[in-house]
Amino acid sequence: MRSPGPQGPAGEAPPPALTDHDAVRATFSWRQAREQLAGLPGGRLNIAHEALDRHLGTPTAERIAMRFLPRQGEPVDISYRALAERANRFANLLAALGVKPGDRVYGIAHRTPDLYAAALGTLKHGGVFTPLFSAFGPEPIRSRVEIGEPVVLVTTERLYRRKIADWIGETPSAQRVLLIGEVAEAPPGTLDAGQAMSEQSPDYATRPMAPEDPALLHFTSGTTGRPKGAIHVHEAVVAHHVTGRYALDLQPRDIYWCTADPGWVTGTSYGIIAPLTNGVTMVVDEEEFDAERWYRILEQERVTVWYTAPTAIRMLMKLGPALARRHDLSALRFLASVGEPLNPEAVHWGRATLGRPFHDNWWQTETGGIMIANVAGMPIKPGSMGRPVPGIEAAVARRTDDGIELVKDPAETGELALKTPWPSMFRGYLHEEARYRKCFVGDWYLTGDLARRDEDGYFWFIGRADDVIKSSGHLIGPFEVESVLMEHPAVAEAGVIGVPDEVAGETVKAFVSLKPGHAPDEALRREILGLARKRLGPAVAPRQVEFRERLPRTRSGKIMRRLLRARELGLPEGDTSTLEGGRE
Amino acid sequence: MNRERLRDIVLEELSAIAPDIDIATLDERARLRDEYDLDSMDALNLLTALHRRLKVDIPETDYARMQSLRDLLDYLEPRAGG
Repeated sequence: MRSPGPQGPAGEAPPPALTDHDAVRATFSWRQAREQLAGLPGGRLNIAHEALDRHLGTPTAERIAMRFLPRQGEPVDISYRALAERANRFANLLAALGVKPGDRVYGIAHRTPDLYAAALGTLKHGGVFTPLFSAFGPEPIRSRVEIGEPVVLVTTERLYRRKIADWIGETPSAQRVLLIGEVAEAPPGTLDAGQAMSEQSPDYATRPMAPEDPALLHFTSGTTGRPKGAIHVHEAVVAHHVTGRYALDLQPRDIYWCTADPGWVTGTSYGIIAPLTNGVTMVVDEEEFDAERWYRILEQERVTVWYTAPTAIRMLMKLGPALARRHDLSALRFLASVGEPLNPEAVHWGRATLGRPFHDNWWQTETGGIMIANVAGMPIKPGSMGRPVPGIEAAVARRTDDGIELVKDPAETGELALKTPWPSMFRGYLHEEARYRKCFVGDWYLTGDLARRDEDGYFWFIGRADDVIKSSGHLIGPFEVESVLMEHPAVAEAGVIGVPDEVAGETVKAFVSLKPGHAPDEALRREILGLARKRLGPAVAPRQVEFRERLPRTRSGKIMRRLLRARELGLPEGDTSTLEGGRE
Repeated sequence: MNRERLRDIVLEELSAIAPDIDIATLDERARLRDEYDLDSMDALNLLTALHRRLKVDIPETDYARMQSLRDLLDYLEPRAGG
């Protein structure tokens, strides 16, 4: 057993970064928060400069930025200096390929150091980085490529062959495909990025960007239409940095493990940017969830701050406390969770089994960073998302005919609203100005989440205001799934809903009705499920497909998912006055 | 239970969960997660189904040992009864 971890013994736990939440909130300003960062001349800045370059003249340069744990074999330590040099090589490669500032670079790969170098190198060069989840099937990848039109796709040879090669020639974008990781034989039209990077210089002058220049494009899902690309700017790093400090309690000697994949916004804001701007050591595990391995990592790496998700916590809980007790988890100082509401039992379980309670927090792709949190310096309310972090004002709102009304009654549920602006707020949905504007009423951003605020100012998540499905912390748009189901020649109509699942929160369930001449049998069910999985990947595809004679529709022809869900779960059917043909 | 019969049962349950997998060409040694897009929720469902079908107790702490079809068969063979 290796111990102590990379930075030596943890020693005495430092006091929390935020000891008096109310006092800090009272005096906090984003302008002052920005002064915690280095910035670049002329009021400019660059996320990658804050994450890497600014540490280079300091002792942090030789500190371990990333301890990479490959599936098998010994950990690989990468210092801040080495990671900066690797990112520089990538930035130089982009320059050599003619990539211009503002051009988009997509990353679709599992966790390896060069994925991080690619993200940071893109930012250094002034490009816009978009992470995509590597468990997406070809369809979600393709639709996001068609919307965002990247000039470069960073992926692995295996993913390229399995999910991209078949269709990439049909789209005018993504002319350059860079393969990271081991490349046995680069397919035509692709480049072995590792090799190409080794031929580039490790020096690169990070491009100074205007605060409002786009830096990141994160895709998320709505109820209708195609996926939405939320645009974030370089200024967002101010929020990444301070929320890392306040909501995750990141402090310079921390060993920090964010289990979220960089394919999602959490894995970028808090899996790449915030830990590096705060100068901590990040643990990056190549492997997916595996309880025993996870406990071993917490123990052996002496992880002090752990940011994970309810689905993983619930899986660990199912395994019982014995496995946890076989490991020395005494280095843990702060546990946080995000993705969906964490049930109170999980908070208590953390305290009893891991020695520390979980701190739930809330945010979404559009907010770019943590907005509401149970922070280190205040009492946790188990089951609550916490209180707004310094710099953020939140409220519960009721929509009215001419705008919104803020709800004062702590018993009343309404839509969670955030007062604009803040640095990591999304600045648009790519190519969809109208859809973006619809998110705002006056000074308020309306989140689409239903919540209430109690008398102590803690917020409680109630549900989604729309039909979006939340599975394992990821948003899934029903329309994207239904569209693929409709491609099957036997399917007449499809309706997709989320059904409760004790581990994943919700899983995707599809109802389909068939065209005349098709029998609803097991063979056809498998064919439809197989098509959905092949096209969408397991993270998005339904886990269950069920046949129905017909699906409830509104008179205007829309599938009533709400009614499908109510019937499936035995809930009250609510208002069915718009149902086609009246009540059934 | 002989290994051939066991293999048929495992493949049957696997293709009920992930019908996108072409079981005729499935490589016994390949990691199901990497090569056949089986995620952890699928794996959980598969092992639950096998537990029911074969009446074999599969403690969740053993889940991580079963990365490929061969791993699954090696694990289940000595445990599955007649």
